[in-house]
Amino acid sequence: MGTNQAWKKHNKEIRPGIHITGKWHKNSYLIKKELGSGAIGTVYLCEWNGRTAALKVSDTSTSMTVEVNVLKSLEKVQGNPLGPSLVDIDDWTSPLGNQYTFYVMEYLQGQSLASFIRQQGKEWIGVFMLQLLEDLERLHQSGWIFGDLKTDNILVLHSPPRVRWIDVGGTTKIGRAIKEYTEFYDRGYWGLGTRRAEPSYDLFALVMVFLHVFYPKRFEKKQSSSQVFLINKINAVKELTPYRTVLRKAVEGKYQTSAEMRVEVINCMYHMQKMSRSRTNKNVQKSTSLPMLAEAGGITLLATMYYLLSLLL
Amino acid sequence: MKKGTLKQILLITDGCSNKGEDPAATAALANQQGITVNVIGILDDQTEQPEGLQEVEEIALSGGGVSQLVYKQVLSQTVQAVTKQAMTQTLQGFVNKELQQILGSGQSMEDLAPEKRGEIMEVVEDMGETCDLEVLVLIDTSASMHDKLPTVKEALIDLSISLNSRIGRNRFCIYSFPGKKKDIQKVFDWSPQLDAISTVFPKLTSGGITPTGPAIREAMYQFGRKSLRRSFRNGNEPGVEEA
Ligand SMILES: Nc1ncnc2c1ncn2[C@@H]1O[C@H](COP(=O)(O)OP(=O)(O)O)[C@@H](O)[C@H]1O
Ligand SMILES: [Mg+2]
Repeated sequence: MGTNQAWKKHNKEIRPGIHITGKWHKNSYLIKKELGSGAIGTVYLCEWNGRTAALKVSDTSTSMTVEVNVLKSLEKVQGNPLGPSLVDIDDWTSPLGNQYTFYVMEYLQGQSLASFIRQQGKEWIGVFMLQLLEDLERLHQSGWIFGDLKTDNILVLHSPPRVRWIDVGGTTKIGRAIKEYTEFYDRGYWGLGTRRAEPSYDLFALVMVFLHVFYPKRFEKKQSSSQVFLINKINAVKELTPYRTVLRKAVEGKYQTSAEMRVEVINCMYHMQKMSRSRTNKNVQKSTSLPMLAEAGGITLLATMYYLLSLLL
Repeated sequence: MKKGTLKQILLITDGCSNKGEDPAATAALANQQGITVNVIGILDDQTEQPEGLQEVEEIALSGGGVSQLVYKQVLSQTVQAVTKQAMTQTLQGFVNKELQQILGSGQSMEDLAPEKRGEIMEVVEDMGETCDLEVLVLIDTSASMHDKLPTVKEALIDLSISLNSRIGRNRFCIYSFPGKKKDIQKVFDWSPQLDAISTVFPKLTSGGITPTGPAIREAMYQFGRKSLRRSFRNGNEPGVEEA
């Protein structure tokens, strides 16, 4: 284990332009560039048989094996894919003689949740919440908890905009201890629950995902009650106003399933639409009365002009 | 596969030993008794040179465990990551031994095709989730640890949240060193939870001695104590002790 990311062994050995050839399946991948890195490994854009793909490598080979096990399970779940599709898993012996386990997956090209919402507007908040809750529901139904749900592990793909998960390193079978988590998103860190893999664990993290979108620098734990603290943080975000009660209930661990939470998000959106429609109705009334006012104004103006004229003459 | 109990010593320190036997040697001894020794070395700030903490790696290597140097800000995540990684490592060691019996000596997991390895990792994960675990936390309370102890306390409570989310059972105890008269001092007796440690957390022992070696030796003996076996026997399942 290294103290920080710069200490990772593989980083020194993998550069754009080199070929990584698998020991078992003999496929050769040309490394194009680094896509990103996290606590476990580094992901590179690579080319193979004229196709692009993403290649993930880590110093701990068991982590790669475990992640591939999860990806294989997720591929069996019906409907919209829950993770990147798996292309290959193999070992690579580097020129220095070190052995690394890597896997190759579908390259997902997208944008972060925060930048998408910033550019395209707050009406996407509800859409993404629903998409994420739908995926979570299917994931939970098939016996898994995502675990390390955070903004880094979510991408928005374009046309049509659809959220997709990357990095299934934290994905844990229901009932076990969460494999991997990030403090800010972890209810255990906030003192608001266990790290037992259950739906409510992911739903808490989901709230933190949307808080992170509006608090890009995140924030730290205070000594006082975390529950009150987080609810205040939610209430301070204007864009999240319509979802306040739902988000609060998720922080409090009140939802047993994502389906339950999803129904209430839909209700919030319905309510919001009704409110804004009645507001536009008022606007319509206002705008119908405006021409009358203008007319009245016109008459007054005309009268004043006659008066002035009569004075001059 | 039989369900066993994993035994770990988690040593948290910020400096070198300067009294008594070589800590790497006592760690090797503990390892021979089926106890894994993990070490976390706390660094003061970004500028500090970690050379003084070279000992950390040596202790963990001969103790069959995992070591990590950290700044105190990220201590919580590190403590649980080190503990879990050491569990996986130990369990993988067991599995490798079994594999050698099946596949012949000299074979390990790395020699298997990735697909087969995946199946074995599932077994390792299952064992890590369900096995019982005993962790003896050994905290250096020499003067230089002064401003680190509150963070250590938090990290340990956090560790108990993580481990108690597993299916398997846990027992924790905490010792500090140097002790008043002995090499180590009991702070918190074997217990399934660590939430209660806030009140009993170790006071600082002044003076400049850091008898890491003798402390590990003493810690090792705490695993054999009767009270521990009894507490496991009182659980719902009989505690199979198998290292
Ligand atoms: N399939 C993919 N397609 C495109 N980018 C990816 C893909 N997988 C990972 N990345 C990028 O690489 C980064 C690190 O990968 P990740 O799997 O999250 O590593 P870690 O497990 O170390 O956190 C991600 O945050 C993302 O930016
Ligand atoms: Mg990640």
